[in-house]
Amino acid sequence: MKTMKLIYPLAMALAVTLAGAGCKHQPTKMTNLPASPAAPVGEIQPTPTFPGGNPLPPPEPTPNFTAISQPIVPGGLTTSTNWDPANMVEDRLALAIDTVHFAFDSAVVKDAEQAHVKAVADALTSDPNVKLMIEGNCDERGTEEYNRSLGERRALALREALAKLNIDPQRVRTISYGKDKPADPGHTEEAFSKNRRGDFVLYHPKPGA
Amino acid sequence: MNKCFLNPLTTCLAAALMLATAQADPSDLVVSKLLPVPGNTKPILVSLSGFSGEGLDVLKFDLYVQGFGFTTPEAAQYQISGSDAGNVTGTLTDRVSGKPLFARSYSGTGLRRQAHYFANDIVLAVMQTPGIGLTKIAFKRELAPGHGEIYVSDFDGHDPAALTHDDTIVAAPCWVPGRMAMYYTSYYPGNPDIFYHSLSTGQRSIVARYSGLNTAPAASPDGTRLAMVLSRSGSPNIWVANADGSDPKKLTSNTEDSSPCWSPKGQWICFATKVRERRVLAKVPAGGGEMQVIPTSGHPSPSEPDWSPDGKWIAFTQQTLSGFDLCVVPADGGNAVVLVPGEDPSWSPNSRTLVFTRRTRGYNYALSVLDVMTKQVKDIQRTSGNDSQPAWAR
Repeated sequence: MKTMKLIYPLAMALAVTLAGAGCKHQPTKMTNLPASPAAPVGEIQPTPTFPGGNPLPPPEPTPNFTAISQPIVPGGLTTSTNWDPANMVEDRLALAIDTVHFAFDSAVVKDAEQAHVKAVADALTSDPNVKLMIEGNCDERGTEEYNRSLGERRALALREALAKLNIDPQRVRTISYGKDKPADPGHTEEAFSKNRRGDFVLYHPKPGA
Repeated sequence: MNKCFLNPLTTCLAAALMLATAQADPSDLVVSKLLPVPGNTKPILVSLSGFSGEGLDVLKFDLYVQGFGFTTPEAAQYQISGSDAGNVTGTLTDRVSGKPLFARSYSGTGLRRQAHYFANDIVLAVMQTPGIGLTKIAFKRELAPGHGEIYVSDFDGHDPAALTHDDTIVAAPCWVPGRMAMYYTSYYPGNPDIFYHSLSTGQRSIVARYSGLNTAPAASPDGTRLAMVLSRSGSPNIWVANADGSDPKKLTSNTEDSSPCWSPKGQWICFATKVRERRVLAKVPAGGGEMQVIPTSGHPSPSEPDWSPDGKWIAFTQQTLSGFDLCVVPADGGNAVVLVPGEDPSWSPNSRTLVFTRRTRGYNYALSVLDVMTKQVKDIQRTSGNDSQPAWAR
């Protein structure tokens, strides 16, 4: 079942690409290559199929999808959400390996961390029912309320990075702990670098809900 | 000159300037040069005789953190004598004139409070400003990581009482000026939300609970409005609302604002922010308008501003490679003065003393008070755990 879930969006993407290519290029190819042997470009009516040949079910609209019409800039997304963590089941382990780390006093998501962001986006894409909490954290080298704002900006920067991968921001909440929740209680550079982070926590629907 | 002699805030340097400029064209006089110089003022020397035990401890603490130093009766400018056996009785004598300024005896309310009253009377007689002996502070007490409460105590840390029983992360207490009421942040609802808490009724209510960050509440001087940090529009920004949180308006559009505070007349809100990835202090009209950077003369990474109640100074925290220091800068910006290592200053009601957070050698947080003019510092009473984010009731 899990394999199916992963393949489904891939197949859909392929199908949509083919359909788009067909419509777009049909008149051009008909005009420019009148004598070419029956390249049935215009006749393809692609029916999405699984690799085994069975037809795909009709696509379902993604729940609560918010169209993103403008480029996402820092601070460009409201924190509006459509779910309450109190009504869902917390899963801290699912994305524990995808914690993103930040440079000192920075809320910029580094290129080297994009693989983690992508993995989180994939988890949200493969299961439309799950929601995400991003926890922003800081090292102790900053004042308390300064760090509370910095932690929030880090969490929001990750939320913006996910939105660029077409994750509906309404599925994603942020919380800043400032420096109140260090991953490593030490006072070394090594501990500090572990503490400047965004943790991803998945939320599943309550059974039967 | 008489006022200059009596007012210990005015330095000898200022007196010299006045003499030097006496012969010059009067239009050359620059009044701002006559402001006291923070951190550079000599303590007023007093002698204490006849006191022992707790009364003596209270007197020494209160006077030291308001700019007094202790010496022998022969070397003192003012002689303080009396007794704290049973009740406090005391006399303040100007040694130069030999004249007693007052002689009083105190009864009721307990020895500590009697001694605080006596210290207040000394401060008022010598400095012509109300003392801080009977004032209160609030602070965040973290008993274990992630488990804190908001506490209220005397300004010297005695008689602490927990205001909250949330057993979670709490932050940023702030008094409503002139009222027994407070705002603070608590993660109790599962999100950092802002609470209003009446100390007289014990009732509390949530005034800001938007998705994301709700923190750093700051009541306006008249108590009718609330400045705070909300991230609801996509970044932590400064917002202002009615005292109950209604009708919130966004005042800034930066990527990362923190720690709003009010000017004493309520026209400005000062805060920390980033401009082109550099941390600065800035202010914005409380009714909305253009943001202005407050220059801090190259002192790096300022945050946590607090505007003095007399309107003259903004205290803040600077961050260097070696740690954090308290600084003060004239409210319009300019030459900042570095005072002592510490964080998150909050002014006393008489604009003389700061309560602040100090990182101890054991990586804990403790509260101290600093006399800004003399840089005299004392730790307040502490217990186990971490105390931080002090707010002086005013």
